[in-house]
Amino acid sequence: MSAPHIPILRQGRVHKSLDVQTVPKLGTDEPAAEISFACADMIKYDLHKMGSARAALKKFSCQELVDITKRAGEIFLNDALPVGTEGAMQTPEDYVLSLASTSGLPHALIRMNMKRLGGIFADIDTIFRGLTRGLDWAVLDKGYGEQGGAPVSFSATTNELAVILPSNSPAVNALWIPAIAMKVPVLLKPGREEPWTPWRIIQAFIKAGAPAEAFSLYPTQHDGSGTIIRRAGRVMLFGDDSTVKQYEHDPRIEVHGTGYSKFLIGEDEIDQWEKYIDTIVESVSANSGRSCICTSTIVVPRHGDAIATAVAKRLAEIKPLAQDDPNAKLSGFANPMFAEWINDAVEKGLKSGGAVDVTAQFREGERFQQRDGMNYLQPTLIRVDSFDQELAIREFLFPFASVVECPQAEMLDKIGYSLVVTAVTKDIEWINRLFDCPHIDRLNIGNVPTNRIKWDQPHEGNLFEFLYTRRSFQIAEIA
Amino acid sequence: MTADEAKAQLDERVREMMAWHFSEETGCPFWLDWKKSAGWDPREEVKTYEDIVKFPHFQDEWLRDEKNERFVPNAFKGRPFNVFETGGTTGLPKQRVGWDDYKHDYEQFSHQLSDEFFPKGGNWIMVGPTGPRRLRLAVEHLANFRGGSCYHVDCDPRWVKKVIARKAFEEAERYQAHVMEQAVEIIKHRDIQCIFTTPRLLASIGERISIAGHGIKGCFCGGTSMTPEYVRFLQEEVLEDKAQFVPTYGNTLMGLAVSIPEELKANNYSVTYYAPQPRAVLRIVDPEKTEITKEYGEYGRVELTTLTHEFFMPRFLERDEAIRRKPHAKYAWDGVGDVRPFGALTGKVIEGVY
Repeated sequence: MSAPHIPILRQGRVHKSLDVQTVPKLGTDEPAAEISFACADMIKYDLHKMGSARAALKKFSCQELVDITKRAGEIFLNDALPVGTEGAMQTPEDYVLSLASTSGLPHALIRMNMKRLGGIFADIDTIFRGLTRGLDWAVLDKGYGEQGGAPVSFSATTNELAVILPSNSPAVNALWIPAIAMKVPVLLKPGREEPWTPWRIIQAFIKAGAPAEAFSLYPTQHDGSGTIIRRAGRVMLFGDDSTVKQYEHDPRIEVHGTGYSKFLIGEDEIDQWEKYIDTIVESVSANSGRSCICTSTIVVPRHGDAIATAVAKRLAEIKPLAQDDPNAKLSGFANPMFAEWINDAVEKGLKSGGAVDVTAQFREGERFQQRDGMNYLQPTLIRVDSFDQELAIREFLFPFASVVECPQAEMLDKIGYSLVVTAVTKDIEWINRLFDCPHIDRLNIGNVPTNRIKWDQPHEGNLFEFLYTRRSFQIAEIA
Repeated sequence: MTADEAKAQLDERVREMMAWHFSEETGCPFWLDWKKSAGWDPREEVKTYEDIVKFPHFQDEWLRDEKNERFVPNAFKGRPFNVFETGGTTGLPKQRVGWDDYKHDYEQFSHQLSDEFFPKGGNWIMVGPTGPRRLRLAVEHLANFRGGSCYHVDCDPRWVKKVIARKAFEEAERYQAHVMEQAVEIIKHRDIQCIFTTPRLLASIGERISIAGHGIKGCFCGGTSMTPEYVRFLQEEVLEDKAQFVPTYGNTLMGLAVSIPEELKANNYSVTYYAPQPRAVLRIVDPEKTEITKEYGEYGRVELTTLTHEFFMPRFLERDEAIRRKPHAKYAWDGVGDVRPFGALTGKVIEGVY
C-alpha cells in the first residue's frame, strides 16, 4: 500500500491541506503517510460551529449510540476501513504495520492495545453505567429524570471534547471513545507519528452508523494545539508535571500526566514476596513500560535486595527484538533522541550515589541499544537506599522501576502522588488508611497488576462529570 | 515591459542612485563618510545592479545606532523629515527617515489594485499597528489617493510580543479582543469597502462578523509570512471568496512588494511577491555565500536593496527566506515566493503576533 494521505476532518468533512508533511517509516526515508496540517485559525473558526456537531449526535438516543459503539468495536478489530483520501482500504493487519512503522511499537504490543481498545467499545454500557453511577440513559435523552429516586437533570458542559493525543500510546484513545455514547463530539489532535489509531476508530464509528459530524481530526503544529487548549470547551491532554501544574486550576482541562504508580507490599505479606514477582514484573513492563499506570516504584518493608534481584532478573529477559517477533515486548523510540536523553538521566541518577542498577548484571549489553535503525532502552530496575534518592520516584518511557525499603507505617507519608497503587496486604487497619490516603487516585488491594484497570471507574477524573454538570430543576407542568 | 527593458531600467536606476547618494551636493553624511573610509567611489565602480555586491551588507545596527540626521541627503537638508520605525521583531526597532517615499510607493501600489474590489472613492479601515510606523500614513494616503477616507484601529505588537514571550496567552487574546471590538464597531456602523490589516487580525475579525457581508470588497494584507494553506483559508473562508485578498510583502525599509491576487487560486495559493522595482530590489541569496543568487525554484535568504532618492540601503539581509521565482508577464523581474521566517527551523522568532 502506498503512503496514504491523512486529511483534516472538519466535523467529518475531508479537508486536504496545502500544508502537507511526510511521516517516514522509522529508520528509513520511505514515507509512511502524508499528513494534512491545519492552521490554528481554521480550528478557531471550526470551534464556533461545534454546536451543529453536537446536534447531529443528539438526534440519536444514548441507547442507539451505545449500540453503535459496540458495533464500531467489532469493525475496528475486524474490518477493512478507508484510510486516507484516495479510496485505499486498511485491514487490521495493515493498521498494525502502519502504526509499527511510525511509532516503533512491536506488532505484539499493538495487537494487545487493539484488544484493549476493543474492550472499551464492547464494554461501553458497563463503562457508561459505572461513570454515571447507574444513570438511566434516557435522562440524557430527555434532559431530566430520576436517579435513585431523586430528580436529576444534566446539561453538557461543552459542545466538544478535545483531545491532544500523544504519539507513543494508542491505548490512550480509550479515554475519549465513551464520549460519543455520551453525545459529545470529539475534536482530536493526533500525535505526529500516530494518526493511525484515531483515524481508524473514527472510521469504525462512522461505518457503525455514527454521524460523521461528531468527529473532527486536526493534525496541527504547536500554535494549533495551543488554540485547541485555549478555546475548546473541554480538553484532555497528556504531559509532564509542568503541564499538569500549568492547568491545575482550569476546570476545562484535564491533564493526564506522569502516573508515579506504585506497588506496595505490607508487613503481613512481605515474607511471601516471591508470590508477587510475576505481578510486579507485569506492572513494570506491560505496554513497554510506557503507561502512567505502569509501576515505577516498588515499596517494601524488607527483603528489598532480594526482590530487586528477582524482578531485575525477569525484566532482563525482555530484549529488543524484531518488531514482528511475536515475543517482542519492548518498543523502540519514535524520536531517537528520547532514548539518549532518558539514558543520560538514569546514568546521572546512578552517579549521584545510593542507587544500583540491579539489571546490569543480568542483561545483555548496555541499557541503550540500537536495532533495525531504532533506539531502545533495555528494562532497568534500580535498588535505591531511600526515597530521597533521585531515581526513587521517577517515571520514564520504558520499563523502569526502583525498589525502596520503607516501614509500612511510613509508606503513605512517603509515596507522594500515585495514579495507581497496588497494595498487597490483608491488614484491615492499613487498608483503611490506604482508602483514606488523598494521594492515591486508583487503589488495588491484593495481587493486582497496576496496569490492569477497569474503565467503568474514573481514570484521572470522571469523563461523565467532565462532560456534564448536574443542574437543579423543577417542572410545574409540561404541555 | 520585457525582462531586458526591466534590467536596463534597473541598471540606469543604480547609476542614478550612485551619483545621487555619493555626491557631496545630494548624498547624506552617512554614505559620504562611508565612501571616504571604504577607499573607493561607487560612482566609478557600481554601474549595474550586479555591481551592488561590491557593497557590504547594510547592517541593522546602523539604523539603530547612527543619528537619523546622518541619513538625511544633502538635497533634503532643512526639510523636516518623518521618522518611521520597523516592527522590532528581531530586536530593538530600526528607524528610517523619509519624506515622500511612502506616497510614491503607495501610489504605485494603488495602480495595481482592482477598481472592482477596491472601488475608487470607497472608504478604508486600517486595523493594525500605527504609532511610529510608516504604514499608518501610507494606508491613509492610499485611501485618499483613491478618493476615500481611512478609519484606524491601533494595536501595539511590541506589547503583544512581550505578553506572548511570557506565555500569557489569555492576556494576548484579551488584548486582541479589545482591538477587535473597536474594529468590528467601525465596520458595522460605517460605510467601508476596503481594509488593510494583518492576516491574523483579518481572521480574528472574520471570527466575529462576516467581512464580505458588511460590504468589504477588498482586503490588502501584509505583515507576516503566510503558508499557502493559510492564504487559502483567508480567501475562501474568512473572506468567503467574495472579497478579494491581496497579500503583500513589505516593510518600512522597502515599500511594498505586490502579488497577483487574480492568480492565487490557480497557483494553489502559493504567493509570489514582486518588489517595486527599480525603487527596491529583492534577491534570493545563498545564506552561506550571499554574493551567490540562488537558482529559480530554490529557497534562499531574502536580500533587499532600496534605491530611492531618500534612502539608499544596499544588500540588507531580511529576516525571511523565500523561493526565487521567475519574472511574470506583469512584472518583468524575479519574484520571491512562499516567504517564511529565515531559520524558522533553527531559532525561535516571535513573528506575526497580530
